[in-house]
Amino acid sequence: MMAMLGFLSLMLAVGCAAGGLVTLLAGHRLRHDPARAAWGRAAAAGLFAGVTLAVVMMEAALIGFDFSIRYVAANVNRATPLLFRVAGLWGALEGSILLWAWILAALTLLVAVKYRGRHPDLIPSVLTVLFGIALFFVGVMVGPANPFARLPVVPPDGRGLNPLLQNHLLMAIHPPLLYVGYVGLSIPYAFAMGTLLSGQHRDEWMTLTRRWTLVAWTSLTAGLLLGARWSYDVLGWGGYWAWDPVENAAFMPWLVATAFIHSSMVQERRRLLRIWNVSLVILAFLLTIFGTFLTRSGILASVHSFTQSLIGPVFVAFLGLVMVASFLALLARLPQIRDEGGLDSPLSREAMMLLNNVVLLTMAFTIFVGTIFPLIVEAATGAKVTVGPPFFNRLFVPLGIVLLMVMGLGTALRWGRSGAEEMRKLGWLIGITLLTVTALGFAGIRGAGLVALGAVCFVTVAQVGEYVRGALARRAATSESFPVALRSLFALNRQRYYGYLTHLGLAIVITGIVGSQSGRIEVQRQLLVGQAMQVGGYTLRLDGLVALPGADKLVVAAPVAVFSGNSTALAGSPGSPGALDILRPSENFYRQARTPVPTPAVRSTWRQDLYVVLMAFDPAAQSAVLRAVVTPLVSWIWVGGTIMVIAGVLAGWPSHPT
Amino acid sequence: MAVAPNMRSSWPRVWAGIAGAAGAAVLLLVLVFGLHRDPGAIPSPLIGRQAPEFVLPLFDGGTLATPALRGRVVVVNFWASWCVPACYEEAPHLQRIWDRYRDRGLTVVGVNIQDQDRLARDFIARFGLTFPNGVDRLGTISIDYGVYGVPETFLVDRKGRIVHKYAGAVTEEMLVSEIEPLLADADGASP
Repeated sequence: MMAMLGFLSLMLAVGCAAGGLVTLLAGHRLRHDPARAAWGRAAAAGLFAGVTLAVVMMEAALIGFDFSIRYVAANVNRATPLLFRVAGLWGALEGSILLWAWILAALTLLVAVKYRGRHPDLIPSVLTVLFGIALFFVGVMVGPANPFARLPVVPPDGRGLNPLLQNHLLMAIHPPLLYVGYVGLSIPYAFAMGTLLSGQHRDEWMTLTRRWTLVAWTSLTAGLLLGARWSYDVLGWGGYWAWDPVENAAFMPWLVATAFIHSSMVQERRRLLRIWNVSLVILAFLLTIFGTFLTRSGILASVHSFTQSLIGPVFVAFLGLVMVASFLALLARLPQIRDEGGLDSPLSREAMMLLNNVVLLTMAFTIFVGTIFPLIVEAATGAKVTVGPPFFNRLFVPLGIVLLMVMGLGTALRWGRSGAEEMRKLGWLIGITLLTVTALGFAGIRGAGLVALGAVCFVTVAQVGEYVRGALARRAATSESFPVALRSLFALNRQRYYGYLTHLGLAIVITGIVGSQSGRIEVQRQLLVGQAMQVGGYTLRLDGLVALPGADKLVVAAPVAVFSGNSTALAGSPGSPGALDILRPSENFYRQARTPVPTPAVRSTWRQDLYVVLMAFDPAAQSAVLRAVVTPLVSWIWVGGTIMVIAGVLAGWPSHPT
Repeated sequence: MAVAPNMRSSWPRVWAGIAGAAGAAVLLLVLVFGLHRDPGAIPSPLIGRQAPEFVLPLFDGGTLATPALRGRVVVVNFWASWCVPACYEEAPHLQRIWDRYRDRGLTVVGVNIQDQDRLARDFIARFGLTFPNGVDRLGTISIDYGVYGVPETFLVDRKGRIVHKYAGAVTEEMLVSEIEPLLADADGASP
């Protein structure tokens, strides 16, 4: 019943997407045709209604254990808690595509309604592109990836979600955020392509899509951050980023979207980089499709290859189609969108933004090559190779340092041509940075870490300098107090001043990365209950083994008392007076999994994280194997990343005219 | 809207087009290549070897000893009633293979592992499976065949050699393409 209704609503969605596409394509030559525009809006509403109904049916089936539907049987069992039944929608391929299509349908409707009656020669073309993309996704669902496919016999119970996904609350929100980011990028893409299709505009789409792009970027940032956190909290190796193909797949669009956010400002301000911007947006969109393909086709071995299917060829075909169509459209309109002028001076903000684009794209290209390289080698020679973290780390350290320098310079320099004032600013910046680097050098920091921290300092001082200068100028002009003046800066130019805040957040993230990569202490020991081990200034004592049966899993936890200092006298003493903390690393036994899933326990301070994993245990001998990792500055990554996300949200927040 | 006239030659555009198209084509070809391989596949060392022999106590009484099947093509399927959805998807296909080829010298053998008797019997009844089906109570058969998960399916030729191993649900079409040449090879020589 639900399967039937769900599939019918998908058919409705396909009909609406196809209808909208055809109507608008047919009306492409007839501009300012209100009837066709109304049809377009109706089709967008129908598309959204159809996909929404399908989502509701799927959620009802997941929540209500309708195991006659293959997708439900594969991703939920009777012990799955409600939250993860709801989240089961994005636990595997078919549901993810349904979610993707839903977000896209919502955005399409939003575009249709928001720009109703405005830009009549641009919006129909934009909607045409959006309907085209939507048609692909809903089409896939009535074809090879039908989420409502039935099983011939209803199993008494389902298998349940992959325990790695079910083991952490973040899994409930990490994928939807990434998807909002991915799908959100199809809006600037549709506007760019609509601009090319209509052949009427060159620069309007920049302003129109600014906020859409910011929302997509912020979601991608949040999704990446939560993904890193999930990896840290669940996978049990004490790291947060592994250059896994699917992490890379999400990181590439982020880099290109970041580049676009900066270069779009150059186009808005200076009417430059038009072709570049269109190309960037096409690239970002292609990378989101590529990312989905990598995640869901199982083409590369990855911790994310939870689902594999026959959908790969369809995605490759779509990727090829989008490439060809975008490229032809760009080529055809090249003369119209060519820039008239050029850069005034290399010592300008726009020159630095161009440089920042080059660095970001080099990063994205590096990742692309590293990700796809094993495939190329295997296609050419048949040999299986892997590209590991050393490759990426070696290239990303110098690129990251250059990026930070460019960020600092771009903030300090002005649009157009910098003058004596900016040179003075730079002098101060370089002076403070050199002083800091000298101090850090005396503190014993050496090598790439020192250079990176110097660059972080350069960026930080540049941003703080802008806040101070801005607030001082405002205080002088309005006689507001300094804090009030600082606050008014944010109200006056949200995107600029919250933009600087994202830079500061990134500086904090990079400090965390530099710190956590520099000194990691790792100890693995087998302990009897009562015995203790030392790791990096902590003493850990195994206090017991506890079994906690739950509805969907059996949890075996090993309470570990944490003391500071390298004292061995504590071993065996009863109770835990003076303990800093009691950590409870555990292993979770899910019935659908062969091997237990560990849940590490973390004691986090601003200086360092103590990360304890229960590797194995023996209840008869009352012993456990513990791995303890002490990593400096990890929490800075979460703090800095959160600042970036909040700044992104506030920068894109609709400002109320007062 | 004023548009800058394009005075330059169109050749750079053509070349950019060709270069872009070539790059895209290469990328797509690499991806298509990637789809034809399984990154997680570990080839079974049993392929080409003699299939391990076993004696299987059947659900409907009696036993099945594999030496008695020599000269027939055998499909050995390891399954469990909790194996959702793959075992549920492939069961009708296995039954169709049995119906289609049993008179032409093929036997399907179901080996139920890590399951409860009642649930396993219920599974067989609801799918109406009629091919011989039994329980590997001690797990020795699945160890001999190196079974990693359910379902796994092995295809054995008339001479008792393992020709193919499938991990995950099989379909009628997948099996037919492999079975036909094995059956056609009446004297048991390798195809």
